[in-house]
Order: sequence, then structure tokens, then C-alpha cells
Amino acid sequence: MSKAKLMDYDKALELFEPVLGFEVHVELSTETKMFSSAPNNFGAEPNTNVTPVCLGLPGSLPVVNEQAVRYSISLGLALDCDIAPSSSFARKNYFYPDLAKNYQISQFDEPIAINGNVEVELPNGRIFQIDIERAHMEEDAGKLTHVGGSTGRIQGAEYSLVDYNRAGVPLVEIVTRMIEGAEHDAPELAKAYVATIRDIVLALGISDAKMERGNLRCDANVSLRPRGSDKLGTRTETKNVNSLRSVERAVRYEIQRQAQILADGGTIIQETRHWHEDTGATSAGRPKSDADDYRYFPEPDLLPVVPSSELIAELKAALPEKPVERRRRLKAEWGFTDLEFQDIDNSGLLTEVAATVAAGASPQAARKWWTGEVARLANAADVDANTLVTPEQVAELAVLIEEGILTDRLARQVLESVIAGEGSPREVVEKQGLAVVSDDGALIEAIDKALSAQPDVLEKIREGKVQAAGAVIGAVMQGMQGKADAARVRELILERATAQ
Amino acid sequence: MSDISEESVRHLAGLARIALTDAEVTALTAELSQIVDVVAQVTSAVDADTPATSHPIPLSNVYREDVVTDDVLTPEQALASAPEHDGSRFKVSAILGEEQ
Amino acid sequence: MSELIHHTAAELATALADGSASSVEITQAHLDRIAAVDTDVHAFLHVNAEVSLAAAAASDKRRAAGAALNALDGIPVAIKDVLVTTDMPSTAGSKILEGWVSPYDATPVTKLREAGLVPLGKTNMDEFAMGSSTEHSAYGPTRNPWDLDRIPGGSGGGSAAAVAAFEAPLALGSDTGGSIRQPAHVTGTVGIKPTYGGVSRYGAIALASSLDQIGPVTRNVLDAAMLHDIIAGHDRHDSTSLKHEWPSMAEAVRNANVKGLRIGVVSQLDGEGFQPGVLARFHEAIALLEANGAEIVELSLPSLEHAVAAYYLILPAEASSNLAKFDSVRFGLRVTPEGGGTVEQVMSATREAGFGAEVKRRIILGTYALSAGYYDAYYGSAQKVRTLVQRDFAAGFEKVDVIASPTAPTTAWKLGEQLDDPLEMWRGDLATIPANLAGIPGISLPAGLADEDGLPVGIQFLAPAREDARLYNVGGALEQLLVDKWGHTLLSQAPALKVGAR
Repeated sequence: MSKAKLMDYDKALELFEPVLGFEVHVELSTETKMFSSAPNNFGAEPNTNVTPVCLGLPGSLPVVNEQAVRYSISLGLALDCDIAPSSSFARKNYFYPDLAKNYQISQFDEPIAINGNVEVELPNGRIFQIDIERAHMEEDAGKLTHVGGSTGRIQGAEYSLVDYNRAGVPLVEIVTRMIEGAEHDAPELAKAYVATIRDIVLALGISDAKMERGNLRCDANVSLRPRGSDKLGTRTETKNVNSLRSVERAVRYEIQRQAQILADGGTIIQETRHWHEDTGATSAGRPKSDADDYRYFPEPDLLPVVPSSELIAELKAALPEKPVERRRRLKAEWGFTDLEFQDIDNSGLLTEVAATVAAGASPQAARKWWTGEVARLANAADVDANTLVTPEQVAELAVLIEEGILTDRLARQVLESVIAGEGSPREVVEKQGLAVVSDDGALIEAIDKALSAQPDVLEKIREGKVQAAGAVIGAVMQGMQGKADAARVRELILERATAQ
Repeated sequence: MSDISEESVRHLAGLARIALTDAEVTALTAELSQIVDVVAQVTSAVDADTPATSHPIPLSNVYREDVVTDDVLTPEQALASAPEHDGSRFKVSAILGEEQ
Repeated sequence: MSELIHHTAAELATALADGSASSVEITQAHLDRIAAVDTDVHAFLHVNAEVSLAAAAASDKRRAAGAALNALDGIPVAIKDVLVTTDMPSTAGSKILEGWVSPYDATPVTKLREAGLVPLGKTNMDEFAMGSSTEHSAYGPTRNPWDLDRIPGGSGGGSAAAVAAFEAPLALGSDTGGSIRQPAHVTGTVGIKPTYGGVSRYGAIALASSLDQIGPVTRNVLDAAMLHDIIAGHDRHDSTSLKHEWPSMAEAVRNANVKGLRIGVVSQLDGEGFQPGVLARFHEAIALLEANGAEIVELSLPSLEHAVAAYYLILPAEASSNLAKFDSVRFGLRVTPEGGGTVEQVMSATREAGFGAEVKRRIILGTYALSAGYYDAYYGSAQKVRTLVQRDFAAGFEKVDVIASPTAPTTAWKLGEQLDDPLEMWRGDLATIPANLAGIPGISLPAGLADEDGLPVGIQFLAPAREDARLYNVGGALEQLLVDKWGHTLLSQAPALKVGAR
């Protein structure tokens, strides 16, 4: 797939104003599916999490999962939406092999939540209000695997295999209103918005929100309006961008691609586009057409959802604090400078850092590891940092350092092993015998050995040239494969010099 | 008079995924025109203020507890009637259109 | 042995209770009858003697141990092929489901099994219950036991013919616009469409979800009531299933009394378009009820004028969506075009080959009614007509306890007579459709024979939602009055079927 011609980003912004819109799908972490009592869990053997409902067998009927409704209302409230006094399900009719009934049960004209807004803070400190048009409940589709052909993609495949385990997993689709005024920050805003939604659903505890597993999926609408014009441009919808990094990159890419086409006198086709992580480009998908006649009608098998005011009050009272407020609180609690906090923002890892602190690490250590080594490894692997390690693992690592069991250097080594799946940090330390040697006897033995090779060092120290100890420390560390606590070695050397 | 044409019948058949023969299209065009002329009387029978009824018996908030039940099928049961499968998944020929 | 088949289910229950017959004997008698007459009648699509006799033997064992599950434990029952079963195929009369066996039982079937009844087989029906004659079955028509050249009604012609031909004492049907009541009308039998949600729809292959309802098909009102008592009740698998404490319908029949009962006669369902013999029997029945203490009230339900039109928009719309699942991926027929094809082409070829003409006609109509630009005018307006029908009934039931009408405008027509004219056939549903639109219960029971053709005529009663017991009261009372008047049951007048036709 060749990359399209792209206009320089700054130049694109000079000529055009980007207009954005997002549809974020959140898979809810209920025990069972939206309309059937099959387990809702990731990674099971194909077609084991299915009931007659999931397979759309003749005669089967859907029944709404109460927990999914509660989760959806909580999410609506967290997005400052009005909860509809009565909302209903509708059938969206289209044929596709991953859709067992060949209609998706969704919500159409009566969604559960409408008219919300969410505050998003950009890394540069700018706070942006994003208006939410609606959030509605629906069911996920099954999973297709395309076999044959060269790419494993749909084009050129010989046949496809269908697993209905995911069919019927509860989803909430959050739809924003048109977002104007993001200007230069459009790509960062896109990422910050999705990160904020992720923070919200994680704080609510209603989704695993793992983008790489598709728990959280973003469709990004991008259009460009020529400067000085009040006419909206034609939009494209980039589908299923499955990492925070990609959201930002995909929006930037679409702005640059569309700008170039428009500048060359071309027109934008209203179409679905697909983001390709590997090439960092989008490709054309299905054009929107008359064929998109979904023939929505009220789902006769399901009754309206009419939440009581008591239920809404109960769920409202249980809401976690808003992301922007939480950031302010955490920043103050952690005593971070603006710069330090920006570090975390840039990485989109606030939730991970907070979870790491909650798991026992110091705020500084949590920040340092996530935005430092973990982020570096994630970048190298082209994945989101939170896919590599859990906050609990990072906290354990930090605690091991605090306890003096690991040095920073050893800790980095342990981290790589943890990422490689060799176990928790403590398990890796044990398995690989990586712990710092804190036994003074062993250290003194090593120091003696080093001193015998450099007999004049002690004399120099006594003369006041304390930095001479460095050479011995280096030798000791080398001799012990880095497992010595450098600070303790230094102390011991200085003691030796003053004692004689 | 209805606006049913052979072209619209073909379009509807496409939406409904039925590969109608030409003879069927011709016959259905005539039949549907006739039927639609009759059923179209509903439009004049009601006005904007009349509420729609989608469920004969009004109920609301009918829910299921979020627990797994014995309705779950074994993979053997799930695949037993599949026209084609690979042992764990349903098999279909190549897909032309993209996901929606 | 052949004696057994002429008894009612209630009588057979007594025989089982006092030990004068066994379930195996009763079941075998019905299997023998099926073997003797079903080549001509073709009420059944599937019979498995071995499975039925095993269930019968199990029932006899329970009863011997004093552990009978229900008064009807051991009584055979025929099941319309629209209900899915784990031990018999379920096709809904369609080629697209030929040979398909469900991994789960429909809830009404589960309830029959839990009460110890013996499933005899699956009965024929118009494909996916679309039709009023059973001629639209992909497996050939069922014939009316009163006259084998005539239709047994539809869509549940198989169940009605099975009980009318004494092939089964009891049967289950499904009624979306009259598919239980109209076959009862043309075969001289009894059929009840319960209140929507009274019987679970779980496992009933859906035609139109907001209209479908499962109900009893029998030869007399008490048998229907006893069967009703078994299959009714809440089911967690069906969201529209009612959590209602149902009174015993059998008790309603046993205590039947029409003294003081207010019966509404609908002006829109009396007169024009109805065969004289149908009207004559209807008016006689009403007069008989009045003579026995009922109060007759003239009612006007003006919205019924538009009910058929609304019905033929709502039904195809819901059906077009419900039948989308038949796509050759997970179950059922797969037809691959010559030289292969994409999954889209395979789906289209399968549905072209697997669906019959009436099914395609309604799917296309329903797709049209829901499609962009037409929804408000057609489907939307039809849903509003539905409101008007409900309001008319609500107003009517302020004045009366039950509403009466002929069940259908004509007696059984000849096979093939209306095949070319769908509109004409649809008009025949005029009297039965309103109950489905409103979700209210309805019963059809024999009112006599039409003078002009000597064929059975039914009378229909409707009651407010959740008041099914009123139907058993008035139905039970009228049945007794008529039998007393005639000195015999209507079905005893049916010509004898040639036994062992082949």
C-alpha cells in the first residue's frame, strides 16, 4: 500500500481548519453478553461462549442484561448526559457473516443518554469542551478470520472463518457532536479525547478498555474547511484505530492527505477509511452509498428501558470524580511540577501512573518508569505502553528498588524479562538471581580484591581526593555483574580509608 | 399509485439478499404495486398526533441477571448444523463487502 | 384400540388415571391412525414412533409409581413445525431448514415434556406461517379431513387437520393473524390464541415478533383449557412473556356460565363479505347465548377497516428482519452458485432457492415498508393504526365482557383456488387479525355447518388482554349448548376418512 501524497502539517493548517468527530465503542466488562447469558470473556476457544441467541438460531430471543444497562447509565452520567426517561432498542438490518441474525440490536431514535459533554485537557494545558451527542447501547459482532491470499486481509482471501464468541458482547457507542476550533491541536485532541474516555470507563470499572483487544475502538471523522469559508468539507471516517498513538497519527495523516488533495484541486470522497498501523497510512474502504439502508425499526422482542429516578440517583452518587478534576487533585497530591505532569499527559498514561501509585510505588517512581523506560520500550515495539506491563508490575519494580533489592540498572533488566512474560518482577529477581548483594561481607571481599589492583586509591582518598573511589566502585560493580549497591560500596570504601 | 418499478424490486431484493430471477422480478413488480396500493390506505387513516404502538402489551424494564446459565452450547452443538466449518469456526466463502 | 382415538384428551386422562388405558396404548392408537390416514391428509411432516413410544412408556412407568406429572401425563400431542424440538427436525415448512434439528427445545415444548405429554410428531404449515391454506408449505399441502379437495386453513392447517382427523387429541399451533383460529374454523375444531405474552415465544421460529403467539389446537374447549394451563406462564427467555398469575382455564370451562355475560357483536364483522352460511350459524349461536342469559350488545370498531392493511405492513416488515438469519452460515440450506461465488452471492442464491414465492413476496414487501423514505408512510402509519385498533377494543371492552364474530368470512375453499390472488386470501384474515394487532386473546370453536356447502363454520370470541379465562367460559358454555342442541359433536358429522388409503 503506497502512501498518499501528504501536505506539510503546518501548511495544511494554514489553508484549512480541521473539523473532527468521534464515535468511540466501549465494550462493557459484564459477566455475560448484552442479550444472552453466554460468558463475556476474551480469549476463549472459538464458539464456546455462545447460546442459541448468540448464533441467531431459529426461535431464539434476546433478553437485556441489567448490569449492562446500569453500566451504560453510569457512563452516560459520567459524560454529563441526560438519561432518557424512556429509551428503546431498534434493529439495524444488514447482511454480514459476523452478524448472526443479520441485524444488529442497537438503539436508534431513543438512545439511553443524550446531550453530554466531556472536558479534555491537552498536554499543553489547554482545556477543551467536547459535546457528546449521544451514547447508546448495542451488541458487538462476531470475529472474522480471512484465510488465504497474501495479507490475511479481506481482499484476496479465499474464505473466511467465523467465531461468534464476541457476538453480543455489550457495547456503548459514544458519539460526539462536530468538534471545531481544535486547530493545530487536532491530533493531540483526538488522542486526549480517547484517553479521557478510557480514563472514565476505567474509573467507572465498566470496561477493561484495552484498545489492543478491541475493548475500546475509535472511529475518527475528519473533514477540512478552507480558511475563510463557512462550508463544511466532505468527511472521511477512519475505522477502528486501535491504539492511542494511532488515533493521533491517523487524524494527523487524514488532515495532511485531505489538504493535499484539496490543494491539488481534487475532491474528498465520503468514505470509510482503514488505518494501517504498519504503514502509518489510511486506505480507502467502502464508499457511503444508497446501499446503506439499514431499515431501522423498533426491536419487537425487547421492551423500553425506563430507569427510575432512584436508580439514576444511586448511580450518580457512585460516580468517580471527573478526569479534569482528578488530574488537578493528583497533580497536587503528588507534588508534581507542570513539566512533570505534562510528561504523564503526553504519554496518555495518567491512569496507569495513578494505579501504580495506588499499588505502592512513589509518585516519582511511577512517573519515571512509565514515561521513561516503559514508554521507550513501547515506542520501540510500536504499541501502547499499557499493553506491555500492568501498574501492579511497575509498582512492584519500584518497591524492589526502594527496598534496595534492585538497582535502576537491574530493574531495567527485570522489566524486560517481565515484558517477555517471565513472571512478576519478584519472580524474575528470584529466577535470575538478580538481587543486589547487600551482604557487607561479600562486598568487602570484592572491595579488597579491587583495592589490591589499585593500592594507591585509599591514600588518595585520605588526601581528600574522594572521587578516586569511583574507579574502585566501578571495578566492584563489574566484578559483581552490577548486583552491588553502588552507594553501599562507596560507603564501605570511605570507611576503610578513614579507619586506617 | 405506487412507485414500484422493476428497478426498485431489484434493489429491494439486493437489500434482502435474494437472487430473484427476471421472471420473479416482473411478477413481483406487478404484485407489489397492487398490494402497496391497498396497504397505502394506512397513511390516510392516521394523523401526526396518533402515537405508534410497537408492542401489543406495554411492559418496560424487563431484564436478566448478569449470570451465565446452562443455555450455553457446546462447540459441537454450535457447529452441528453448519453447512461448513473447520472444527471450531463456521466457514464461508470469500467476502466481497467490508464490515460496517 | 381405534376407539381410543375418538376420545377427548380429558377422557383419555381419566382412562389413564383409572388404569383402563395406558399411554403406550393411546400413543400406539394414534400412530396407527397416522399411518392409516396421513398419506391422504398429510398433517404431519415428521413422526418418530420409536421416540413417541419411549416417552409413552416412561409416562406409564411414572403413573405406575404414582408419580404422574399432570392429569395429561401420557397424552399424545402434535406440535406445529414452527416450534423447535431437540428430538425431531424443525423446518417451519421451509426448504431452507430441511432436516435441521435444534440444540434446544422451545419453551412450550419443554413445558409439555415436563408435564409428561408425549410428542407425536411435527405438523405441516405454510412456510414460516405465511398463508391461510397450508398450500405454501414447501413439503406439499395438508388436506381438510372434511373434504380432501379443500384447504385445512393456515398457517396451522397441519395441527388442525391432525386433531380433526383423530390423528392426535391435542396439538400446538401458532397464531400471528389467525393461524390457529382460522384452521379451527374450517376444520370444525377448537383453537385459541392466548393473550400476547401468555405463552412463551422462545423456540417459536419467529414470523412477526409483535404478533406471534403459541396456543392450543384441540377438538373441544376443555381439552384446549387443560393444554393452555400447561403451556402458559412466564419464561425468562422471552422478554415479552407476562409475569401474570393465570387462573385455571380448565376451571373456567368446568364452571362455564353465560348468565349476565355481555357479548359485543361487531358491526364491521357482520354482513358484507361474509358467506351466508357462515353468518347464519353465527347469528344462531348468538341467539342461543342470548336465550341462555347473555346480553348482546351491538358494537362498532371503525378502525378495523384499516386493520388488514396495517397488518400486511407490520407482518412483512418484522418478517423481513426475522428471516434474515437464514443465510447459509450457521445452519440450514447452502446453495453455491455454479462456479462458486462470494459469501454475498452464496447467501442470495441460498435464499432464492430456499424460500417459496409467498415468503419472498412478503420479505420484499417488508423490506420496502421499512426502507428509507417509506418508513413513516408505511410502517410508521401501520403502527399508528395499531394504536387505533387498541383504542377501539379498549372502548368496546368498557361496554362488553367479550366480543363475538364469525372467525372467517368463508368456509374451506378448494385447493389452488386462491393461490394466484394473495390479496383475496389476505382479506380472509379480516376477523382474526385485529386480536393480534391488539395483543388480546381469541378463541374459535365450531358453530355448525354452512347450509350451502355442508362445511364447518367457526365462531370467534375475543376478550381483553389477560382475560383468556373469559374465552374458556363463553366457549365452554356455547359448546355445551350446541352439543346439547345437536345431540352430537360437530366432528362426529365429518365424513369417514378412507383408512389405509395406500
